[in-house]
Amino acid sequence: MTKHVVTDFWAGLSRSTPARIALGRAGSGLPTQQVLAFSMAHAQARDAVHTVFDSDGVEAAIRELGFDTHRVRSAAPDRMTYLRRPDYGRRLSDDSRSDLEAAGFGPVDLALVVADGLSSTAIHTQAPLMLAALKPWIIEAGWTTGPVIIAQQARVALGDEVGEVMKARAVLVLVGERPGLSSPDSMGLYLTYAPRVGRNDGERNCISNVRQEGLAHHLAAFKLVWLLREALTRGLTGVQLKDESDILLVDGMPPVPRLVKG
Amino acid sequence: MTYRHDVRTRRWVFADLKELMAKATPPRSGDMLAGVAAGSAEENVAAKICLAEVPLKRFLTEALIPYETDEVTRLIIDTHDPVAFAPISHMTVGDFRNFLLSDAATPATLAMLAPGITPEMAAAVSKLMRNQDLILIAKKCPVVTKFRNTIGLPGTLAVRLQPNHPTDDPAGVAASILDGLLYGCGDAVIGLNPASDSLPVLSDLLKLLDGIIDRFEIPTQACVLTHVTTSIELIDRGVPIDLVFQSVAGTEAANASFGVNLAVLKEGMEAARSLKRGTIGNNVMYFETGQGSALSANAHHGVDQQTCEARAYAVCRPFEPLLVNTVVGFIGPEYLYDGKQIIRAGLEDHFCGKLMGLPLGCDVCYTNHAEADQDDMDTLLTLLAAAGLTYVMGIPGADDVMLNYQSTSFHDSLYIRDLLGLKRAPEFEVWLQRMNITGADGRVLNHDASHALLGMMPNLAA
Repeated sequence: MTKHVVTDFWAGLSRSTPARIALGRAGSGLPTQQVLAFSMAHAQARDAVHTVFDSDGVEAAIRELGFDTHRVRSAAPDRMTYLRRPDYGRRLSDDSRSDLEAAGFGPVDLALVVADGLSSTAIHTQAPLMLAALKPWIIEAGWTTGPVIIAQQARVALGDEVGEVMKARAVLVLVGERPGLSSPDSMGLYLTYAPRVGRNDGERNCISNVRQEGLAHHLAAFKLVWLLREALTRGLTGVQLKDESDILLVDGMPPVPRLVKG
Repeated sequence: MTYRHDVRTRRWVFADLKELMAKATPPRSGDMLAGVAAGSAEENVAAKICLAEVPLKRFLTEALIPYETDEVTRLIIDTHDPVAFAPISHMTVGDFRNFLLSDAATPATLAMLAPGITPEMAAAVSKLMRNQDLILIAKKCPVVTKFRNTIGLPGTLAVRLQPNHPTDDPAGVAASILDGLLYGCGDAVIGLNPASDSLPVLSDLLKLLDGIIDRFEIPTQACVLTHVTTSIELIDRGVPIDLVFQSVAGTEAANASFGVNLAVLKEGMEAARSLKRGTIGNNVMYFETGQGSALSANAHHGVDQQTCEARAYAVCRPFEPLLVNTVVGFIGPEYLYDGKQIIRAGLEDHFCGKLMGLPLGCDVCYTNHAEADQDDMDTLLTLLAAAGLTYVMGIPGADDVMLNYQSTSFHDSLYIRDLLGLKRAPEFEVWLQRMNITGADGRVLNHDASHALLGMMPNLAA
C-alpha cells in the first residue's frame, strides 16, 4: 500500500507546529491514510456542532460543584434555525424570559451563563472544569452570582439579556467556540460589564481556546478574575480594557486563591 | 423609480434599483437574514427579467447607497471613466450579458472597458448569469500584477503560502514555509495571519519572512496580515514590509467598522511604495474581502451582499493591488449556507473582480458549521482554476490551525496544475527548478534530507 507513497524527509519538524506538514503524497494527492485522518477530524468537528446539548448532564455536573442552576432557551427553536439566524440565538425565548424575570435572582455581582454555542462537545467537557477552577476565586472575592444559567441554542450576546434581567454588574458567558479540525472542544469566555440588550462585541473581553491542549482552566480562571476585578473597578469591559494579568504571573504560573492554599 | 413585471395575473413590483438587485440575486442565507431576498422563486426570476431591461446608464444616476453619505459611492461615481464606458453605454444589463459572451468581447476589449464598469453593473450582469457564463467570461479578463514576480499571466495560477501557527512560534511558522516551498508553493505571497497584534511580535515575524526570502533569493513577497495602521507604524520603525494588507468592504460604514477609510488606505500604499522593495513592479497592496461583511457590521444599507462585495472591489481598484482575495466561505452559514451557495458566490466574486480589472484570488474555504466539505472545495477550486483564477491559498493539509477553518492545501495546488496544466509565476518557476524542488516539467521532485532549504530551520529556530 505504501509503495506508491512519497514520504517527506522533514516529518521531524512536526514537533514545532500542529499544522499538517510533511504529509507525503501519492502522485499529487494525499496518501490514503491522510485523507482518512482529515475526514475523521472533520467528522468530529461536525459532530461537535450538531451533537445535541446534554443540558441534564451539564446541569448535574455543575450542581455537583455546589452551584444552583437554572435553565433557559434562546429564541432559536432548533439547530437549523440557530445556524441560519444568529439574531435568534442572541435573545431569550419568551417563556425563558418570563421564567427568569419571575425567579427574581438579582441583583448579583456576576451572572454566570453556560451556553452551548457552536460546540456542545466543548461545553460538556470544559464548562464544569472551568467553573470548578473559578469557584474558589469567586468565594475569595465574595462575589454574588445567583444560579448558573444553562442556555441552549445560545450565542454570546444572550448573556446580555440574562445579565440585564438578573441586574448583574457583569456577566460571564462560557460558550462552545466554532470548532476547528484540530480543536473540536474549545471553549471561549466572554466578560461584559453592565450587560444589557444591544451591547456589541467591542464592549466585551474574550479569553479563547480554553481546553486541555490550549489555555488551561486554572490560567483562564486567573485571567478572568483579573479582568473582572478591573472591570468592576473601572466600570467597563471591551477594547479599553487590555489583559495585563501576565505581570502577576510568577515563573509563568498564576498565584493560587487563598481558599485552595487552605 | 419602480420596476415591474407581469407573470400571468400576478404583477411583481420592485420599489427601486436596490430592491430589484437584491431580489434578482440567486438565493443565499445572508440576504434572507437581512430580509432583502426574494420571497419566492417566481419573484426571484421576475426580478431578473426586470433587471435585464435596465439600461447600464441607470447605475450612474440611481445610486444604491447615497452619494452624499458614502465615500465608496463617491469613489465609484467620481472615478467612472465615460470614455471607457462609451462602447457599452447604450446597452441594457441583458444586452451586456450577450455582449460579454460574444466573440466581440475579446480580452483586449474587456481590458479597455474595465474602468467604465461600475461594481453595480458587474454585480447586475452577474445576477443574470449561469455559472458557466461566470467562468467563461472571467477567463477572458486576465489581470497581471508585479512586485518581485509576475502574477496573473494566462495559463498560470499562483499560490499564497499561509504558514499560520496558533502562537506565532517562529520555528513552527518556518516549518510550514519549508513544507510549502518544497511542494512548489508561495509565488503569490508568503502571507501569515498572526495570532498576536503586538508590534514586537509582528516585527520579528516580518524579519523571519524577509530573512528566508533574502537568504534563498526567492522571487516572491512576504506579508504579515495585520491592520493597515499597524503596518504603517511598522514601516515607520524600519521593519521590512513588502505588502500592506487590509480587509475592506463595500460601504463607508463597513470600512469604518474595520477601522479604515480611503485616506488611510492611500497612506498605507504610499508608505509601502516609499520602501521601493519591489524589484520588477510597484503593486504593494493586498486586500481581503468577502460577501456578508457589510451586513455583519450592520452597514449594508439594505443592499444585497453580492453587490456590497463588488463595491469592495471598487475600494481596492485605485490602490493597484498585487492581490485581492475573496475569503468566500469563512464568514459562516448565516451568510452562505452550504457548498452550493459558497461555490456560486466564489464564481460571482471572481467574475466581478476580473471584469473590473482586479487580480482576484480566492480563499476556497468553509467552516465546520457550514454544510460543506472538502468535496465542495475541490469543485470550486476546479471551476475557478478553469476560469483563470489569479491565486489560491496553500495551507498545510488544508487545515488552518490558527484561524480554525479549512481551505486549500499545497497538495490541492499540485492537483490543479496536473489537471489543467497551469504554471506558476515564471520567475518562481525558474527558482524552483534551480533549487531542484521541481523538474523541468514543473512537477515536484522527490527530496532527501540533503536539500538546501532545510538549512532554514536550525538557524531560524535558534
